Amino acid sequence: MSPLPRAVTLAPARHSTVARPTASRRRARRESATAWGFLSPSVIVILGLSIVPVIWSLLLSFRADDLVTPGRWVGLDNYRALVQDPNFHTAVGNTLLYAALYVPLSLVGGLALALALNRRIRFIGIYRTLIFIPFVVSAAAQGVLFSFILDPEFGVANSLLHTLGISPQGFLSDPGQALYLLVIISLWSGVGFCVIVYLAALQDVPPELVESARLDGAGRWTVLRHITLPTLTPVTVFLLLWQLIAALQVFDLVYVTTKGGPLGSTTVIVYFVWEQAFQMFTAGYGASAAYVLALALLLAGAALHLHRRRQNRTEGAVR
Amino acid sequence: MTTTAAVREPRRAVAPAAVGGVRRRRLPFSAWHLLLAPLSLGFALPLVWLLLSSVMSNAEINRFPPALWPHGIDLGGYRYVLGNAMFPRWFANSFIVAGTAVVSNLLLGALGGYAFARMRFAGSRLLLGLMLATMVIPFQLTMIPTFLVMKELGLIDTLGALIVPSLVTPFAVFLFRQFFLALPREIEEAAWIDGCSRLRVLFSIVMPLARPALATVAVLTFLATWNDLSWPLIAINHDTQYTLQLGLTTFQGLHHTRWSAVMAGNFITVLPVLVAFLLAQKTFIQSLTSSGIKG
Repeated sequence: MSPLPRAVTLAPARHSTVARPTASRRRARRESATAWGFLSPSVIVILGLSIVPVIWSLLLSFRADDLVTPGRWVGLDNYRALVQDPNFHTAVGNTLLYAALYVPLSLVGGLALALALNRRIRFIGIYRTLIFIPFVVSAAAQGVLFSFILDPEFGVANSLLHTLGISPQGFLSDPGQALYLLVIISLWSGVGFCVIVYLAALQDVPPELVESARLDGAGRWTVLRHITLPTLTPVTVFLLLWQLIAALQVFDLVYVTTKGGPLGSTTVIVYFVWEQAFQMFTAGYGASAAYVLALALLLAGAALHLHRRRQNRTEGAVR
Repeated sequence: MTTTAAVREPRRAVAPAAVGGVRRRRLPFSAWHLLLAPLSLGFALPLVWLLLSSVMSNAEINRFPPALWPHGIDLGGYRYVLGNAMFPRWFANSFIVAGTAVVSNLLLGALGGYAFARMRFAGSRLLLGLMLATMVIPFQLTMIPTFLVMKELGLIDTLGALIVPSLVTPFAVFLFRQFFLALPREIEEAAWIDGCSRLRVLFSIVMPLARPALATVAVLTFLATWNDLSWPLIAINHDTQYTLQLGLTTFQGLHHTRWSAVMAGNFITVLPVLVAFLLAQKTFIQSLTSSGIKG
């Protein structure tokens, strides 16, 4: 980009400091004022609706508060009650089971699909689009659609099972199946994201490394195991963290399909928080549960961050 | 075909997929189609069923076992949904909220991003760090107090409660900053010297060059606000202020016997994001992958 005559291109303000200190200071002050003018809407919205609520939430978690009448300070009572609350234990257990299934399955499925889709053949663009498109469908729409498909009476799923000679299932109304079905529904939409990220990352696998490995007689699996997978490690770590956060925060789908039921079998932590705050009107208690979840997320994030740093160091040493 | 370009094609033989691909490419039919065609159709199937069931007649849909293919196109579901006083209103509400969020994220995000990228002021690094840090705060930690803040502002049960928190996201500010940093300064410097104001430089010179960033922010903001359910669920009680997602969940309960109407409503809810995705597929996927890998 140099159609501009070079001579006219003056250096920015800071370079003229030596020549005219007062003028430049004035200019710097004016620039600073402009910058704050540009930034103030973002600062007010972003920080106002994140930093303030985070502190407010912490204070709330030490109170008995129903959001209507003035609350009172109860110290750590909410947290103590959480430790003993069987419903909270169920919610934590359900969330962990959901995450333990969803995260690895979406990563492995995403990688497998990305490997299969990473080739130049006809219709490949259509295949990629079809696999990715459920990702843009809202959890609410997914929930409504799958409640219909899995409806024990009218659902097409049972009708298909019927033709296969399998007895009708309760699906989302069966406490033994509901959570697993939610995992499958989330995978339907969530795998696409992993596929796209892995597909992009596969382009960065150095082809000369693969070629030389092939020349040395390495088979497909050896190449995958020793060249492709190691190259994908940073992406895998990122996806692991991303999907874990998504899994621990699952709410919309649960709300639309099962409302935490049947028999609490799909009550996840966020659903528990929402229920406490906006259904049972024990907002202080809900806030403390939210803080427990946030701390878990923070710990997970920190652990992964440390892992990544250590890995970078060892990788650097190898190179 | 645009879809093919969505993700960069392998430039050369890439491991391990394309190894040995030379021989395969000469064949008119690749064996991979046998795997990929049923797989991708499987992914599309629930959405196909959504469309099919929305045009089924009541008799077809309530039969057991349900019909797998509609006999004719029955638009009764759509007529029912669109004739309902509430549904078009929810659609309009969703459009107002998502539209405002898109415009304001483009505007405020660009202003903020430009200040971070081009201006020097005390505390800029700290401020940027703080903004980025807010991206990792989980929503449910802030949802109860945000509800209280909106209540203080008197916005609960109005579209304002949905609009205000989505006015600008740290992601938009950060994305614009990254994009502006990559633009050469020289383009703007000539205008500064001619005495152009910063605002004018931004809007008449920088923004027209920032098309990819604008598209990315627009698509991601639209998707996030259009698809959101949890926040409207908390902030809105009265059904005249519902968004589509929220309306859909109550609609399902109300019209259980009329599944074709529920599915028609569902299809109308999904349609805008499908259209947005297909139109902006390339940008959308690029933004996901680039924000993903650098994340």
